[in-house]
Amino acid sequence: MVGPLALAGLVVLLPAAVARVVRKLLRATLLLTLPVATSVLVINVLFFPGGRDVLFQAGPVTATREGLGLAIEVLLRLLVISGAISLFYLTTSAAELTTDLERRGVSPRLAFVANASVQSVPAMLERAAAIIEAQRARGLDTEGGPLARARGIVPIVGPVILGAIGEVEQRTLALEARGFSRPGPRTLLWHPADRPIERAARWLIVAALVALLAARALGWHPA
Amino acid sequence: MLTFESVTYRHAGGVRPAIDDVSLELGEGEVVGLVGGNGSGKSTLCLIAAGLAPRIVGGTLSGRILIDGEDIAPMPMHELVARVAIGFDDPWTQLSGVTGTVYEEVAFGPANLGMPRDELVSRVDAALSSLAIEQLAARDPAHLSGGQQQLVAIAGLLAMGPRHIVLDEPTAQLDPSGTSLVANAIERLASEGASVLVVEHKTDLIARVAKRLVVLAGGTIVMEGAAAELLADPRLRDLGVREPSAVRLRRRLVEAGLDPVALA
Ligand SMILES: Nc1ncnc2c1ncn2[C@@H]1O[C@H](COP(=O)(O)OP(=O)(O)OP(=O)(O)O)[C@@H](O)[C@H]1O
Ligand SMILES: [Mg+2]
Repeated sequence: MVGPLALAGLVVLLPAAVARVVRKLLRATLLLTLPVATSVLVINVLFFPGGRDVLFQAGPVTATREGLGLAIEVLLRLLVISGAISLFYLTTSAAELTTDLERRGVSPRLAFVANASVQSVPAMLERAAAIIEAQRARGLDTEGGPLARARGIVPIVGPVILGAIGEVEQRTLALEARGFSRPGPRTLLWHPADRPIERAARWLIVAALVALLAARALGWHPA
Repeated sequence: MLTFESVTYRHAGGVRPAIDDVSLELGEGEVVGLVGGNGSGKSTLCLIAAGLAPRIVGGTLSGRILIDGEDIAPMPMHELVARVAIGFDDPWTQLSGVTGTVYEEVAFGPANLGMPRDELVSRVDAALSSLAIEQLAARDPAHLSGGQQQLVAIAGLLAMGPRHIVLDEPTAQLDPSGTSLVANAIERLASEGASVLVVEHKTDLIARVAKRLVVLAGGTIVMEGAAAELLADPRLRDLGVREPSAVRLRRRLVEAGLDPVALA
């Protein structure tokens, strides 16, 4: 348990504190892990084979201390993984990431596609909100019980998706009209700041990874 | 100078040509209005002028299109965009969708051309100032009014350095204030010496910005001449072209038995 806990502190929480996103990070991480975490907990605590130390018994199932131990261990690992992913999303701007990838030689087309797909999500949401407003103005019920809401989604999804598809042709022409299909590198307007401390942090991460793998290979198993 | 030499164009799968034997000249620093009923071929003509048809959209073309005397047929799209630009009606789909500021959005086109960064910056600055939208530079393009977005889109075209600009219904989706922003922009472009071909159903705008008018019907030019006179021609209404409000007012007065000259 020491391993995941140390990682959670050093690799996830400390950087999150530096970036002032601890609160958001916790929320995102919990939301991400909740479904898997629930099943991990139930299955391990109740069905751990060879569990002896009985915590409680309810009908045919028996909860054991060994099962609980394993569940906590797995949960911690899950939290570290999803925490690290959430940290990445909370602290990295799509534009900076793709600009930097492009600077490092990734094809401009690929960078564009990656960037456009990330940035199109908020645009789609805004569009959906506008359509919901419009449909509501025409008397559509988007509130109320789950069934009513599900029915309300249909007239919204249609226009959003069809709108997006219909736009593709015009977007293609507009992109062509701006020289998008030219082969070769693009001029980069700006370079994301790469401070010495960031560079050092990146090397530190690589070094730590190598060290951990080596320790594992040499038979080191933190409890 | 942009020249059409008896151009005929057929869409892929089109039964009859959408553009039929059109010859046309857009002079240096000239603003030409292009009008015609629905389906008369205005958009198709724009796509041809910008080289998108047949290059990107397919179809077959005969005749020649020349820019400053040079045939555009062998030019690749990315070379052509630096000589003739095309703007469309929908401000939203013209935005790249990957930029967070107007400045970056305007830089998108010239950045694709791979010019040195210093030149890119001076091009963007020049484009923003020729449309008088420097104050929008740091704004998010997604959160501008339609009219402002349309100016950003046009600035993005200007920054690629073309001397010829084709605009297909640039104000179709704009309210009156957006329309007047774009009209001002077209006047500015012309005063700086660009040649502009502008398609519009809003003939008030054409009357304001264009000296010369070309009327399309069924893919051919059926009338051509000074915009002020042609726009008053009663035959335009039969071709599906709206009359400018001044012309309509005058006609109504006459129909009501009043004398516009005496009233003025
Ligand atoms: N992609 C296409 N494939 C086949 N035919 C097309 C295509 N696009 C346009 N056409 C046809 O070409 C002709 C000219 O169309 P175009 O869009 O140029 O007209 P327009 O003058 O711009 O009309 P509007 O005022 O409605 O914009 C029409 O008959 C149209 O049906
Ligand atoms: Mg059209």
